[in-house]
Amino acid sequence: MAEAQIQSYNINFGPQHPAAHGVLRLILEMSGEVVERADPHIGLLHRGTEKLIEHKTYTQAIPYFDRLDYVGTMNQEHAFVLAAERLLGIEVPERAKYIRTLYCEIGRILNHILNVTSFVLDVGGMTPLLWGFEEREKLMEFYERASGARLHANYFRVGGVAADLPAGLLEDIAAWCESFPKVLDDMRVLVDENRIFKQRTVDIGTVSPEQALDWGFTGPNLRASGFAWDLRKAQPYEVYDRMDFDIPVGKNGDGYDRYLVRVIEMQESIKIMKQCIEKMPGGPVKVDDRKVAPPPRGEMKRSMEALIHHFKLFTEGFHVPAGEVYAAVEAPKGEFAVYLIADGTSKPYRCKIRPPGYVHLQALDMLSKGHMLADVVANIGSIDIVFGEIDR
Amino acid sequence: MTHALKDLGDYIAAALPNDVLGTEVNRCGELTVTARTPAILKVLAFLKDDAGCLFKQLMDVCGVDWPGREPRFDVVYHLLSMKHNQRVRVKAAADEDTPVPSATALFSSAGWFEREVWDMYGVPFSGHPDLRRILTDYGFEGHPLRKDFPLTGYVEMRYDDEQKRVVYEPVKLTQDYRSFDFQSPWEGPGLLPGDEKAEGKR
Repeated sequence: MAEAQIQSYNINFGPQHPAAHGVLRLILEMSGEVVERADPHIGLLHRGTEKLIEHKTYTQAIPYFDRLDYVGTMNQEHAFVLAAERLLGIEVPERAKYIRTLYCEIGRILNHILNVTSFVLDVGGMTPLLWGFEEREKLMEFYERASGARLHANYFRVGGVAADLPAGLLEDIAAWCESFPKVLDDMRVLVDENRIFKQRTVDIGTVSPEQALDWGFTGPNLRASGFAWDLRKAQPYEVYDRMDFDIPVGKNGDGYDRYLVRVIEMQESIKIMKQCIEKMPGGPVKVDDRKVAPPPRGEMKRSMEALIHHFKLFTEGFHVPAGEVYAAVEAPKGEFAVYLIADGTSKPYRCKIRPPGYVHLQALDMLSKGHMLADVVANIGSIDIVFGEIDR
Repeated sequence: MTHALKDLGDYIAAALPNDVLGTEVNRCGELTVTARTPAILKVLAFLKDDAGCLFKQLMDVCGVDWPGREPRFDVVYHLLSMKHNQRVRVKAAADEDTPVPSATALFSSAGWFEREVWDMYGVPFSGHPDLRRILTDYGFEGHPLRKDFPLTGYVEMRYDDEQKRVVYEPVKLTQDYRSFDFQSPWEGPGLLPGDEKAEGKR
């Protein structure tokens, strides 16, 4: 053959590909080994969460948020309960605030362990995943001891949390906070200066600061591009304004920086958790308002009034005065927000969920253009996507 | 904070008197700007580039359905200014016949959000580079987040063993979807819809 003709062709990547992090279907237009256009097809996990929430009471809507990003579940519940609380105008007791902050940071570490280790797995390193998942398992036990479920916690409530922490849990979490940095350091020894990992991630999927703003990046992906922006610092909610922690910021905006930002965020989360445990006040974990929070079991056995409140709260639910609110939290993946419109009944009129992964995946075409096919996998791993929240 | 937002709202309204229909700071301390739909791009461009605003990030675009109203839909934009640490909400009314100018030229992040609004509510956008459905199935019909779309949908999918492929069939439920009317005259915060039932004026 005198001259080989290389034509552009399409590759169908996923939805059954292990590196697609779920059900991503990606149509890649290739020129040889180089990606010319990446067209993600999403929605294969679409369950109509927003529609379902419109048909449920506020309390019944909370479990749906666990099933969005099923890796760090309580952070999503948090955005929803904050939205409802702002519309109701209620103030949560101190202890509940600390518990929520503590569990949001546990959720952040859960998420970052999964993302960082599976990212390393995607580009060829198996060990961190095995080490990391042992720690995730311990964290999920803390989830279970508080809420009764390892993953789908359904623990936060409008007006507080579902139940107080069992005795001894805080001590165990404190002990874990002491042991985890060692595991993290061991993992970093394997990955940080690893030649293969750096070859696969440094200068791959670089996002300039302008691009990061244009594509609506948030969370670690935005910080890797050089913005010191974190909602926990900029627009503090719960008790983050009383916590002492730092925000890691990247320089180059490539896959390697995104990895580093997440690893250092885990160390900062440990700091926040320690402070939460140290400062944890006593007292109630739910607002003392029977129109929002149910009465304790014991009271229901004796008080007719309490029994009526319980019945009404779990059939009709509480009413939220009409209005609209946009409540954003710094979820592990970025800005997770709930835009809630209430019409005065006990069901949300509209509940728009703003998932960070949706926005980041949209930029995959921009990230991958001109890269090799194998770099697409590295890019998907580095932007941290979970399809539960993208498809909703 | 609320005061600063009020000032910002007045500033925006004064700068674009013909394109901004109103500004409001609600009880949650959030600024809402209502824009004339044909001028939505002008409003968004002003919010993005004006030195007093600098809302460089488009965080969210979503639709809201108000079946009794004319025009029927709202398209709601949420913008964030990292410089001033502020958020603003921009609303534009829309219906299913007149396209809304697409914000993709100003913010690349608008692309998928607008596809989602089209998919879920059927609000068309003009000037969008790739206005396809995004979250629903290939070949889906209807716009599921509209209030008149039933929660159960119209078709269900199953694998047909004879034809060796998935087939779509009309939804068959052994029991109708039950939607109880729990709205009662029970006391709660403020005046409730349902209170009128107590007086027997149902």
